[in-house]
Amino acid sequence: MSNNDKKYENGLRESATFDRKTIDDIQRAADTGIYDIRGFGAKRKVPHFDDLLFLGASMSRYPLEGYREKCNTKVTLGTRFAKNPIELDIPVTIAGMSFGALSANAKEALGRGASIAGTSTTTGDGGMTPEERGQSKNLVYQYLPSRYGMNPDDLRKADAIEIVLGQGAKPGGGGMLLGQKVTERVAGMRTLPIGVDQRSACRHPDWTGPDDLAIKILELREITDWKVPIYIKVGATRTYYDVKLAVKAGADVIVVDGMQGGTAATQEVFIEHVGIPTLAAIPQAVQALKEMGMHRKVQLIVSGGIRNGADIAKCMALGADAVAIGTAALVALGCNDPKWEEEYNKIGSAAGFYDDYQDGKDPAGISTQDPELSKRMDPVAGGRRLANFLSVLTMEAQTLARACGKSDLRNLEPEDLVALTIEASAMARVPLAGTSWIPGQTGF
Amino acid sequence: MQRSGSQKQQNYMFGNGTVTRGLTMKTIDLAVQSVTDLNRELHAQADKLNEKDWFVENPKGQHNIAVGLDEEISVDIKGPTGYYAAGMNKKATVTIHGNAGQGVAENMMSGKVHVTGNASQCAGATAHGGLLVIDGDAGARCGISMKGIDIVVKGSIGHMSCFMGQAGNLVVCGDAGETLGDSLYEVHIYVKGSVDSLGADCIEKEMRQEHIDELQGLLDAAGVDDEPSLFKRYGSARQLYNFQVDNASAY
Repeated sequence: MSNNDKKYENGLRESATFDRKTIDDIQRAADTGIYDIRGFGAKRKVPHFDDLLFLGASMSRYPLEGYREKCNTKVTLGTRFAKNPIELDIPVTIAGMSFGALSANAKEALGRGASIAGTSTTTGDGGMTPEERGQSKNLVYQYLPSRYGMNPDDLRKADAIEIVLGQGAKPGGGGMLLGQKVTERVAGMRTLPIGVDQRSACRHPDWTGPDDLAIKILELREITDWKVPIYIKVGATRTYYDVKLAVKAGADVIVVDGMQGGTAATQEVFIEHVGIPTLAAIPQAVQALKEMGMHRKVQLIVSGGIRNGADIAKCMALGADAVAIGTAALVALGCNDPKWEEEYNKIGSAAGFYDDYQDGKDPAGISTQDPELSKRMDPVAGGRRLANFLSVLTMEAQTLARACGKSDLRNLEPEDLVALTIEASAMARVPLAGTSWIPGQTGF
Repeated sequence: MQRSGSQKQQNYMFGNGTVTRGLTMKTIDLAVQSVTDLNRELHAQADKLNEKDWFVENPKGQHNIAVGLDEEISVDIKGPTGYYAAGMNKKATVTIHGNAGQGVAENMMSGKVHVTGNASQCAGATAHGGLLVIDGDAGARCGISMKGIDIVVKGSIGHMSCFMGQAGNLVVCGDAGETLGDSLYEVHIYVKGSVDSLGADCIEKEMRQEHIDELQGLLDAAGVDDEPSLFKRYGSARQLYNFQVDNASAY
């Protein structure tokens, strides 16, 4: 019996409003005088894909043979304007994570894993590294407000450009990289003094609205001679309107990142209190695309809290063309591995709880710039682990799609889904299980 | 599309005087060809250089003129440009004979961009290198997030200029608007006239000989006959480089 259980037995009662975490937060704030900054994504429970279930085929639907019949996973991104759209073997991409936030070895591992699996990986705030470019068959180059390391040579080396307006962990906020990770190499790439607490801009410096963005997109197309797809990434908030504006501005692909999406360093209050769940964002995005006649013409990538093949299949069923994973990819590389338990304990954390990416002391050698810690991240072995994980994700999603009688992951549809809770039903716009009721859409 | 007037001798009126250019040069008329045609031809010079001098007629404020250049060529644009003229320039010398729209020479890496008129907001934004000279005034956010470019403005600049500027030099022969140099890193800012207000962590700094020399070099490069000692220098107080409790009100 734990000490707290004993306290409960002794008649003590914890406040639901001022629970232990809240009391700790208040005392930490009083001790330090500055807000808590951490990595990872939202930890609070929000309606998510676990609140949805598939209706497998039976009498009224015809399933596909689980192990034999083909279920296509290939997807082509950027078919609207780009001369060279990206063709992926699987609809699971690797989300943007910077060199700086991650070690060079971790970035290389992401590139290797993605290339083995036939998918793309993405740079982050801070430019493109040779390690990543060299090991990534398909590399998406992020174009961020900070423009750290942005240069036309790397732009032309990219297979796609992702204009980042925001991320799910902090829509409306800019990047952050604390001084302990701003090493000589990181500072050099970003043109910053070594060791500063780097605060990236939250607004793009040379355009201010969707009409300007349309011109900016044309500039990037001109510089790259209209070859590569241009994505627009938004944090999920007013998703319906943002997607419409992104289409109008000329995006080839739209990336919508829900509030569970990860971050390398952000204020805790921001991570937990801004944005909407991924589940709620997808139907808004799809509605916007359909109303403009652009669903499947402008591809939709969804990210934020995607962990397994079921999550992917559910995203696809709600209308996404592909998904992106970030936190799950880091976990696949070895983040939060129990084998480092003792070392996590030394820095005041534990395997399964570690979120101090901002500190740069990651025992697994992933979210760090420490050369000794980085050595623990073997890019070849890490790449293999990520490829394995991506393979499992794909097979899981295919299993569910076949059970619903679909020969292509993108043939999954909202009609294949029901919700376990009223909240998830309202957000995902699929019926509550056992009923035909969709709150806000149909009568009970 | 037909290219007009290529390989011919030309005389043109520029600003207050006549510039006679008895050169063979390639001329692209944007009343006839598209900006995409122009950029494609200019980009081709990076693969195979066969024309050093280019002339652009009838720009009429179109956007994205001469962006992504990557060769030591000279491009003269006769008239006003829209957004992002000479964006991400490398090596080339681009002259805009007129006013420039938003984000002229944004993210320039090297080379030179010269605006004979005024420039709209965000001139030289995020640029890593090269020289941007603006004969007239520049609007708001001039040199925002600049990363190594040298900018010389012969007139005045608007508010929020050099916001989050990281590296390079910003020289203003006229006045600067409100909130100059907010959240500045290591840019050297020189202003001859008045400054409406300084942004967070931006302070006036001592003008030492090394700065006089640096400024003289910049003025010479821009063709400005002015006295460096009449300028004041502004830079980062470096108080916001790391989070500190006592600076909370500035964050």
